[in-house]
Amino acid sequence: MKMEAIKFFFERFGFNERYLDRLLAAALGRGGDFADLYFEYRLSNVVSLEEGIVKSASKSISQGVGVRVVVGEKTGYAYTDEIEFNSILHAARTASHIARSIGSAQVVGVNATPRTSNLYAVDVPLSDIEVARKIELIRQGDHAARIYDARIREVQSSIADEIKYVMIVSSEGRLVGDVQPLARFSINCIADDDGNLQAGRSGGGGRVGLDFFEKDITPDEFAREASRQAIIQLDAVDAPAGAMEVVLGPGWPGILLHEAVGHGLEADFNRKKTSAFSGLIGQMVASELCTVVDDGTIANRRGSLNVDDEGEITGRTVLIENGILRGYLNDHLNSGLMKTPRTGNGRRQSYKHMPLPRMTNTFMLAGNESREDIIRSVRRGLYAVQFGGGQVDITSGEFAFSASEAYLIEDGKITAPVKGATLRGSGPESLKQVAAVGNDLELDLGVGICSKAGQNIPVGVGLPTIRIKEITVGGTRH
Amino acid sequence: MMTVDIDKHFALEVAQMAVMRGADASEVTVRQRTEFSVGVRLGEIETLKESTDRGLGLRVLIEGKQASVSGSDLSLDAISALIDEAIEMARVTSPDDSAGLPDAADLAREFPPLDLFDPEIEKLSTEAKIELALRAEQAAKDANPLIVNFDGGGFSCGSGAEIFANSLGFAGQYRGTSCSLATVPVASDGVRMQRDYWYDVRRKLADLESPEEIGARAAHRTIRKLGARAIHTQQVPIIFESHVARDLLGDIFVAVSGESIFRKSSFLVGRLGEKIASHHLTVIDDGLMESKLGSRPFDSEGLPTRRTVVVREGVFESYLLNTYTGRKLGMKSTGNASRGLTGPPSVEAGNLYIESGVRAPEEIIKSVSRGFYVTELIGFGVNIVTGDYSRSASGLWIEGGELAYPVQGVTIAGNLKEMLQSVEMVGNDLDFRGSLVSPTLLIGRMTVSA
Repeated sequence: MKMEAIKFFFERFGFNERYLDRLLAAALGRGGDFADLYFEYRLSNVVSLEEGIVKSASKSISQGVGVRVVVGEKTGYAYTDEIEFNSILHAARTASHIARSIGSAQVVGVNATPRTSNLYAVDVPLSDIEVARKIELIRQGDHAARIYDARIREVQSSIADEIKYVMIVSSEGRLVGDVQPLARFSINCIADDDGNLQAGRSGGGGRVGLDFFEKDITPDEFAREASRQAIIQLDAVDAPAGAMEVVLGPGWPGILLHEAVGHGLEADFNRKKTSAFSGLIGQMVASELCTVVDDGTIANRRGSLNVDDEGEITGRTVLIENGILRGYLNDHLNSGLMKTPRTGNGRRQSYKHMPLPRMTNTFMLAGNESREDIIRSVRRGLYAVQFGGGQVDITSGEFAFSASEAYLIEDGKITAPVKGATLRGSGPESLKQVAAVGNDLELDLGVGICSKAGQNIPVGVGLPTIRIKEITVGGTRH
Repeated sequence: MMTVDIDKHFALEVAQMAVMRGADASEVTVRQRTEFSVGVRLGEIETLKESTDRGLGLRVLIEGKQASVSGSDLSLDAISALIDEAIEMARVTSPDDSAGLPDAADLAREFPPLDLFDPEIEKLSTEAKIELALRAEQAAKDANPLIVNFDGGGFSCGSGAEIFANSLGFAGQYRGTSCSLATVPVASDGVRMQRDYWYDVRRKLADLESPEEIGARAAHRTIRKLGARAIHTQQVPIIFESHVARDLLGDIFVAVSGESIFRKSSFLVGRLGEKIASHHLTVIDDGLMESKLGSRPFDSEGLPTRRTVVVREGVFESYLLNTYTGRKLGMKSTGNASRGLTGPPSVEAGNLYIESGVRAPEEIIKSVSRGFYVTELIGFGVNIVTGDYSRSASGLWIEGGELAYPVQGVTIAGNLKEMLQSVEMVGNDLDFRGSLVSPTLLIGRMTVSA
């Protein structure tokens, strides 16, 4: 599988090891500690259905090579959208301007190291199937949403898929390839009850093939979930305002971890000492019930990768162990400068972007309690099960994430659904408030997009049901 | 590799080629852009990046069915393959009565000179660009000893060409530039660190705020966050600083966009002609302002851009529409089509702004005996379908008409329907720092949770 991507670039664009060595030598022509080339060929498709008709189908091809030259803490970067020797040579010379002395690192001749395992060997990638088959799938979802309830009016659904061939070549002699499929089904619907309009949305996928949508989670299931959310919101009451006890449901509410701790533990912010977590390794940053990991090696997950975008094999990194901060998410640049191990978290949106330390799939390990017991233990609070996006200021640690489906808990029972409300907290403090961890860890369905420094990448999150003693709920009912 | 002269005639030929191959109609967008950016930190260059991009997008229609394709390989072979794929895909989509090119009679004929291209940017040396970035950081550092670190900052600039043609014979092109400068200081009082930033972004170098002003303002914004105090959950008047009032205007844009309206996904569905906001609020979209970032001589369907009053003294006067959403609603496009290289056209504002009022921001603050001056918003808690609004906020607490102390870790909540009706004052501080801008706004009452 890995060799397949290298073969793709060698045969289709006429490259070989010798050419790659020459390009790397040009990149280091003015000096520098390290250089790499990131070759990418990405084919992506979208088909969407709305008002019962297939309104559009689209396909795009994106290809290019990014050249990076690193000198100490400095990075020079240039790219070209032509996968052709002279264009890349020009980019390499442009990137080389970051360095001002002649020769420090030498180019080690590149050599491919074959690997046998593949986290996302799919039988039939969606990029290989006929548009007509994808249309059948989205029609299936559209139908299921409409028959769920007569009040479901507008339904928008789509399938987006891509296949990305990457080849990463470094002055340290690394030559790695990977073929990365990614697919996602999405559905949005609007319930209209005599002018009371409410939205619901669902979706999922991962580095999966056609069989995922035929067997694992079908479009019908996503459609029923989106419809259910919209219908429930028709009866939502105003959300409460103020600090209170909150139970987060399993799965996607793991976005809490992504915002509250994940970003703050990315190595770049800690090397620069701009993170609220800077210098806290070995200290308690969460209740002892909390163990949080980032794992890029889970088969077929949206955030998983065989190798990161610097060619490093991905791994499982323990970020917080029984409440104690253990480690950061690292890339090549920051692990070198901080003298800490690489964790396979160097990721980038495309050849147009420099790699940065990023998350893969970030989740909390399961505890012992049942969901029922956790909810029963709350006298007055909020039970939040679905969320929109979240955001964090890594320096102050302030984060927010917005519940789109939540219920009041009164005397240990789930009662009225409430309108959407933002939950906020402070990164190094909020996980100290975790008072119970459920035995029901779930990963999200495969919809996450993480944005950092203008770069968007697919990620996963996960959480068991947890109870947080106090978190601010931004409702209106005071 | 074979090089082709990429201009509007080339785009027109591609559009015509698609028709010869079997499309009923087609349109072609070609984008080329050259960018430079330098990131600095602690007096040193951190990143230097240079790039040139180009890409071609093609949309075809066959009997009301549409498909689109894009690629960056502009060789004739690659384009020929793209055309065939687009036509093949269009055959399997559904006929849609509203899909199609605009009426030929409506296409732009004259291209107003909008002064979108600044030759000074291309003349600027790499050293001069680095110098601007370093000066902004230095100014922030010099402003206050509590500025102890930086999270980054830098200068970037670019120039590009937009080329568009369709099978009705329209062919147009224009060039534009942009430049931006920012710095992100970190302050510490020994208890907690705080970060903020300041920036400017313009089409022309001469319009860019000086590095010294940007640095000083960034430092001021960061320092004033130190020493936050706790408050109680309560309902108070809220002032959105001009910089964050933009976010609110962004929410208004989504609600008035034809895409949300025809999908019934807006709290403003069915409210055209009605009073949806206080009489202090006037919202204008203008794609024809000289040398502004949101200006362009024609939109992404070849229609002339224009000035549209969206809300006049509180009355909802116009949606923002492209051809498709206009047809869905039985209206004409307002010249607000936008498109990525792939996919059908979407709706985009030109320069969208809230018209300046008469009050200085200081005067607005003075008018509030107790309230919250919001300088930063995070989170995504805005539901455009219902108008429900709940976001995490930081800012300064107002006591007796004065900014008294910083507040962090609270949320503000309300509903956009009521928030718009209760805009009580509009500042006189409108500044086109970007294409979506607002002066300071005072909202009568919202819930602050802590």
